[in-house]
Amino acid sequence: MNTAIENHWYPVAMISGIDGPRETLLLGKKITLGRKDGTCWVKDATGKALPTVERFGHLWTSPGQPNRDLFTIPEADSPGRRLVDVGSVKVKCSPLRAVENFLDIAHFPFVHTDILGAEPHTEVDRYDVKIREEVDEVWATKVKFYQPQAAKSAAGGITTEYMYRVPAPTCSVLYKTCPPRPGEWDIITLFVQPLTDEWCEVWPWMALYDDESTMSEMVSFQQLIFMQDRSILENQIPRKLPLDPGMEVPTQADMTSVAYRRWLKKIGYTYGAQLVAA
Amino acid sequence: MILYDYVLSASCYKVRLMAALLGTPLILRAVNFHPAREHKSPEMLALNPKGTLPILQDGETVLTDSADILRHLTMDHPEWRSPDDDRWLAFASDLNESLGLARLHDVIGYEADIDTARAAGVTALRKLEAHLTEQRFDGLIFLTGKAPTIADIACFPNTALAPDGGFSLDPYPSIRLWMRAVRSLPGFIEMPGIHRLHELAHPA
Ligand SMILES: N[C@@H](CCC(=O)N[C@@H](CS)C(=O)NCC(=O)O)C(=O)O
Ligand SMILES: [Fe+2]
Repeated sequence: MNTAIENHWYPVAMISGIDGPRETLLLGKKITLGRKDGTCWVKDATGKALPTVERFGHLWTSPGQPNRDLFTIPEADSPGRRLVDVGSVKVKCSPLRAVENFLDIAHFPFVHTDILGAEPHTEVDRYDVKIREEVDEVWATKVKFYQPQAAKSAAGGITTEYMYRVPAPTCSVLYKTCPPRPGEWDIITLFVQPLTDEWCEVWPWMALYDDESTMSEMVSFQQLIFMQDRSILENQIPRKLPLDPGMEVPTQADMTSVAYRRWLKKIGYTYGAQLVAA
Repeated sequence: MILYDYVLSASCYKVRLMAALLGTPLILRAVNFHPAREHKSPEMLALNPKGTLPILQDGETVLTDSADILRHLTMDHPEWRSPDDDRWLAFASDLNESLGLARLHDVIGYEADIDTARAAGVTALRKLEAHLTEQRFDGLIFLTGKAPTIADIACFPNTALAPDGGFSLDPYPSIRLWMRAVRSLPGFIEMPGIHRLHELAHPA
C-alpha cells in the first residue's frame, strides 16, 4: 500500500445520481457505493466501510486514511450562484493527464475553436505560478486569454482572466471572469476519479452566476467543451504523465503543468505517472 | 421549428447538420439527457411517449424519429433525395445500436452488451467501406451518387463519432474520404468529436 496515493480523497459519484447500490473502480480496485436514509456509504471489496465526505454535489471517499479534510471552495457558497451537476464522462487516459489538460489554456484555439479560443489569438502571456506551501496546493494566477464565447452567459468575445488551483492530485478548480458579473469569478472544477492508472471517470462541476441560461443549457455547454477534450486525451503519447521535467519541453503556456508535475513529484504521487531517470 | 436537442447525441446532430446545410433555422431546446435523464421527464414524455431525442416540433406536427425529421426538413428539397435513401436511413438507424451504443457505453457508462455492439459496429463499418469503395470506382463520392442526400447526413454522425466508442477509422480509407467530402459541404457544422475541416495548405 502506498499511502502517498491512498491517503487522498477521491470523487466516486454525483450524489443526485445515486439510486441503488453501484459498483465502480477506485485506483484499480472494486468498491461499492450507495445511499441509505439520505446518507451515502462506500465499501471496499472486503465489505469494509470506507470514509466518506459529501461535498460539491459529489460523494468522496478514500481507500486510506486521509490526514486532512477534503479541500473547500468557500467562494462557491456565496448566494446567487447556480450549482451545476454536469455528470460524468469516462476517458481512457491517465488521471494526471486529464488534470494537466484542464490546466493548459494553449489548446483552446485549436480544440475549442471559436468558443474558448480562436486564431489568431493564440498567445498566452506571462502569468504567475507557484506551489503555495502553506496549503500545499498549486496555483496559477493572472492568466489572461481572449475568448469568443467564454461561457454560456457571454454575449461576445472578451479577454477572460483565469486562476487555476490544484488542491488535490486528481482535482482542479478554475476561477474565471464571469461575463454577466465582471467583478466575480465563475467556478469550474474537474474532479477526476482514477478508475485505473489509464482510465478515469471525470466529474465536472460548476458554481456559476448566470440568471439567463437553463440548467440544461449550462450542462450542455460544459459537456460540449469536455467532449472536445476527450478525443485529445485518449490519443496522448506517452499515455502516462512523465514526471521527469526533461522529457517534454515546457513552453511558457505550460508553466502550470510544470509546477503540477513538480508538486506531484514532491508529494510522491505517482499513480498514472511515468517515472523516468532524472 | 423547435428541436429538442442534446448536444452529444449523434441523432440530434443529424438534424442540426441537415438544417444547417439547408440554411433552415432551428430553435434549439437543450434537454439534460445526461446526467438528469430529462428526456424521461413527464413534460418530455407528454411530447414523445418513447422518451427519446431528437424531437422536432413544426407547428402541429411532432416528429420523433431522426429519419422522419430528415425527410420532413427536405420535403421541398428534391436535390437532397434519392430513391436509394430508404435503405441507408435504415442502415443509419442500425448504427445507433452498434457504433452509437458502444459510444454511449464508453463515454457515459450506458448499459450494453458491449462485445456484441463492437462486433456489429465493425461489420457495419466494413459494409459501408465496401459500398463507398464501389462508389469511388464509379466516380461517385456520396452514398447514393454524385451529390449528398439525406442518406449521407443520416449515416455520417455515428460513423464519424465511432472513435469515441473505441473504433479506429484508420482501416477505412473510403469512409475517411467520404467523411471529408461531407465535412467540406457549404454550411457544415461541427459537434464535439467531429472537428471542422482545416484549410488544405496552399502553395506559397
Ligand atoms: N465553461 C468553461 C469550460 C471550462 C472547461 O471545463 N474547460 C475545459 C478545458 S480543457 C476545461 O475543461 N477547462 C478549461 C476552461 O475553463 O476553459 C469555460 O468556458 O472556460
Ligand atoms: Fe480543453
